[in-house]
Amino acid sequence: MIAGEWRARPGRVVLAILAIAVGVALGFAVHLVNRSALDEFGRALQAVNGDADLQVHSVSAAGFAEGLYPILARLDGVAVASPVVELDARGADGAARDITLLGVDILRAAQATPSLIASPVSGAAFGSQASPFDADTISLSRAALAALGRRAGESVTLTAAGRTATFRIAGPLAGAGEGQGLGVVDIAAAQWRFGQLGRLQRIDLKLAPAANREAVEAAVSWVLPADAELVTAHNAAQRSDSLSRAYRVNLEMLSMVALLTGGFLVYSAQSLSVTLRRPQFALVRVLGVARRGLLTQLFIEGATVGVGGAALGIALGFGLAGLALRLLGGDLGGGVFAGSHPHLAFAPIAAAVFMGLGVAVALAGSLLPALEAGRAQPAIALKTAGDVIDPERRPSPALGAGLLGAGAAAALAPPILGLPLAGYAAMALMLAGGVAATPWLARRLLAPLRHLSRPAPPLALAIARLWGAPGQAAVALCGIVASVSLMVAMATMVSSFRGSVESWLTQILPSDVYLRLDSADAGLDRAAQRALAAAPGVAHISFRRTTLLRLRADRPPVALTATAIDAAHPERTLPILGRTRAAPAGAVPVWLSEPMARLYDRRVGDTFPLALGGVARPVFVAGIWRDYARQFGAIAITDTDYTRLTGDAGRGEAAIDLKPGAAPAAVMRALRETLPPGLATEVSFAQPRQIRAIALRLFDRSFAATYALEAIAIGIGLSGVAATFSAQTLARAKEFGMLRHIGVRRGQLLTMLAIEGALLGAVGVAAGLSLGVTMSQVLIHVINPQSFNWTMETRLPWLLLGSLAMALIAAAAGTAVLSGRSATAASAVNAVREDW
Amino acid sequence: MRPAVQRLLALAAILTTAATPAVPPYPPVRPGPALSFPVDHGAHPQFRTEWWYVTGWLRGADRQELGFQVTFFRTRPAVDPANPSAFAPRQILFAHAALSDPTVKHLLHDQRIARAGFGLAQAAVGDTDLTLQDWTLQRGPDGRYRTHVAGHDFALDLTLAPTQPPLPQGLAGYSQKGPKPQQASYYYSVPHLMVTGTVLRNGHRAPVTGEAWLDREWSSTLLDPTAVGWDWVGLNLQDGAALTAFQIRDAGGRAIWSGGSYRPAGGVPEPLGRAAVTFATDRRWRSPRTGADYPVARTLTLTLKSGPRRWRLTPMFDDQELDSRRAGGPVYWEGAVSAPDGRGYLELTGYLTPLKM
Repeated sequence: MIAGEWRARPGRVVLAILAIAVGVALGFAVHLVNRSALDEFGRALQAVNGDADLQVHSVSAAGFAEGLYPILARLDGVAVASPVVELDARGADGAARDITLLGVDILRAAQATPSLIASPVSGAAFGSQASPFDADTISLSRAALAALGRRAGESVTLTAAGRTATFRIAGPLAGAGEGQGLGVVDIAAAQWRFGQLGRLQRIDLKLAPAANREAVEAAVSWVLPADAELVTAHNAAQRSDSLSRAYRVNLEMLSMVALLTGGFLVYSAQSLSVTLRRPQFALVRVLGVARRGLLTQLFIEGATVGVGGAALGIALGFGLAGLALRLLGGDLGGGVFAGSHPHLAFAPIAAAVFMGLGVAVALAGSLLPALEAGRAQPAIALKTAGDVIDPERRPSPALGAGLLGAGAAAALAPPILGLPLAGYAAMALMLAGGVAATPWLARRLLAPLRHLSRPAPPLALAIARLWGAPGQAAVALCGIVASVSLMVAMATMVSSFRGSVESWLTQILPSDVYLRLDSADAGLDRAAQRALAAAPGVAHISFRRTTLLRLRADRPPVALTATAIDAAHPERTLPILGRTRAAPAGAVPVWLSEPMARLYDRRVGDTFPLALGGVARPVFVAGIWRDYARQFGAIAITDTDYTRLTGDAGRGEAAIDLKPGAAPAAVMRALRETLPPGLATEVSFAQPRQIRAIALRLFDRSFAATYALEAIAIGIGLSGVAATFSAQTLARAKEFGMLRHIGVRRGQLLTMLAIEGALLGAVGVAAGLSLGVTMSQVLIHVINPQSFNWTMETRLPWLLLGSLAMALIAAAAGTAVLSGRSATAASAVNAVREDW
Repeated sequence: MRPAVQRLLALAAILTTAATPAVPPYPPVRPGPALSFPVDHGAHPQFRTEWWYVTGWLRGADRQELGFQVTFFRTRPAVDPANPSAFAPRQILFAHAALSDPTVKHLLHDQRIARAGFGLAQAAVGDTDLTLQDWTLQRGPDGRYRTHVAGHDFALDLTLAPTQPPLPQGLAGYSQKGPKPQQASYYYSVPHLMVTGTVLRNGHRAPVTGEAWLDREWSSTLLDPTAVGWDWVGLNLQDGAALTAFQIRDAGGRAIWSGGSYRPAGGVPEPLGRAAVTFATDRRWRSPRTGADYPVARTLTLTLKSGPRRWRLTPMFDDQELDSRRAGGPVYWEGAVSAPDGRGYLELTGYLTPLKM
């Protein structure tokens, strides 16, 4: 019977299978890409860190005093302490990619982190002819060789921390992971050549075999200065995970939305097929097949669609993931794993999970229609293929309202495990509630039309039909409502986000020209600052210093920005959110970015200790400002406080207001010429217009995957609408024949169908729009703050929503007419005679 | 001339050949100035290489005899002295320790290596004061040496008390090691050191006593390029005399240089020239691990002024081979040996692959 049905209507089965396949493929592909990227990230971390048992890391690029090294080396339980200078370096000839430059004591690294040294070192043979202590030699990983365009034996000039040095390239660094841009030099050479004398960024520790790890960690923590912290493999992994977890979960949830839409499509296809086969089912029931047997058959149909679709989806997903990795990189354009090129690895467990999800969704989609078919009275069902729902029975809004209410309640819940899982549950509940409430809404919207005085015959027929067969209308509607609402929600969120980012950019970049030193560690000293301020065309210049501070070992570092802030009027410099407070006398005021305040749970008026210049000092939270740039938090401090507390008078950035009439290009040239040659090559300029363009381009890129997923969800929804309509229309051939017999012209029939389609589409769009805007509020006020710790102002993309609504209504009407054409083509006599 | 020395020399050869013009030259070894103590107990940081080399026999309360060796090396790499970094590798220290236990039937050994600095590794000038992480060798004001070394399966805590004055080797401490006069070292020994202390093995710490030998040598150019290995032996004789003999072999197994000394109890050392030292092989032992074939039982003939004398050297046990290839070192044999009238250490290098310099 299944085979017979499928032979008769292969298109519908294929569509249902495809819907499931696309949903599973998207989910699986996004999962694979994320996993590969995460694995790569973990490997990268491992490669840079070697395989130390414990690691002490500086909280900022400035490092900590090297006197910590002998202290740690002498601690009980520490077998080996390996001091490391760690810098970001760039090829002086303008290579595009940075490499991580490590200065190690090869004798210590050989024991603590053997993967960081070129060849085993011990006793006599150092493996190569070159001295491992040669200050002019560097070992480069394969990826670093490629990034710098060099081969072993050649020389390479590197810039790091504002200084430049030339090295001869010794043998390759075999222990580095694929794709890891690593360079290793002697620690003394690194300190000397790159101005790090007396400073270390890292100490790798290897524990004695019998050492108690917790005891050693406690002992290490006890002796650490404020500008260093303990990092274990565990909290480093956690940090890399939290780095991308929010983004990853968001993408996976979106792909689940596509799968969910596929489920609705299966539902509409199956319920249609059940409706059409009702007489057939009634016949087999009369012939003695038990209700259970019928249910089983429909279930097998659903399962077959599910298994076929899911299997196809896994294959498609694997291919899609490979393609996405090649074209977009490991973060699907999100900018989280910049520069990594992960390898795709098949994940059998994840494949099984997604396969199961696909089958479950298909089964759920066929469950309701199957139950309905089982409930039907064979005697009635034998005669009619029509709607079994009594049009006089009013659909109740109770279920829909209940689900929507539950959704609203879930939206108020706090994050779970740092993820907005309740928020996603809220969205799913709202979606289900919205779909459940749609028949009631359709009734309410159509009711006024019934009282139209003297409507044109096609309109009257269309209204009567929609009113009289609410079940079939609902089936067609749920696909539209589901896909439209999800799309509207995403579009509204993205447009709100983009709008907020754009106005934020205008607010924080008020000057004409911005100058930046490419190396994070280098600085413009006071002389260079004075020279820049005196350059022709400069009306006003303000300098800024941004360094990274790691406040908690298991979190990414936050940015500390020192700039000229008027403590009485911080809103002149910072996009302040909410109230501000003046710091009490003697307290150091700081202003926290919104993500910082949320991540570290700080409020205006709080005082907390901050490691500045190697000493923890209490600072006062004077205000919160909006920041979309640094997801892991930023702290603003006045430049006078910063210099006083850290002794660092160097500055890495400058904002320049031009004199009236000064040409930006000329001023930029003049500024570059005033700098010493070493710094001049390090400086890059940007104008706010460019910065805004770059920022928005990055923004759009990071949402490219989101847009693509949305478009696919809409496509599935629309194809569902088309399938429902064409099937319903074809099934109504008899009805059309009757209408032709009582004098309705074919043109009027088509008009009737178009009106039916448009009305259904309009109802679906109205429901979808309102549901979508509601769901967008969950995205904006719950999911985004909970995953990224920032808020935004709602901005509705009116143009997009309007054109989407028009397009959907037109598509619904068009599909109805197209399928009506073939259904009304047969002669009226034949149409009525069929089956009679 | 000592075995693990080979490792140090190879290390030194690599570290010290970088052609950095600013590197101060290594002073040559010349016959002449007499040794001066206690200054010469301390390090001579200008020279390319230097070592403090202790070997000896121990006996515990269970009357079990053990051989031990504790060595500290120093080498000065060719690095730019202008580098102000505290990590600048001005001196590299390397230490090696081994325990010969006839019940274990192979060597227990471990090592440490570090660049000098931060108080974690240092070789002091002025008197013996060596620190290399947790390993130490120090000479106290009472003239006694104290050492602590701990490997992953043994540890030694020993006090070595001199019973005789230092023994200058060669010409008052100038010891030629090859055909050319600059192929030489400053070399003195302290034989008949009385040992007390503890040995940790199999998880048990046990008191030991015994007799040891200290070799002190520093140099800038040691070996002839044609050398592939050497044999060395030092014996504390029962009558209080001390015997040193070495030969440096070429690829054909011929001695390209040899030498040594004999100091009777309470007497003055008699330096031995090339012709006065002969090593004959009584028995060979082939290592099942490496396939190297060592002449582990020897007959040593010294032509003294009083006439030729022979010593039959018998190893404490055969397998005193040390394979340090995995750690980048050579394969050699270094073990406790005894003669009818004395005990000491024999070292055999370059028997598997020629020494690379």
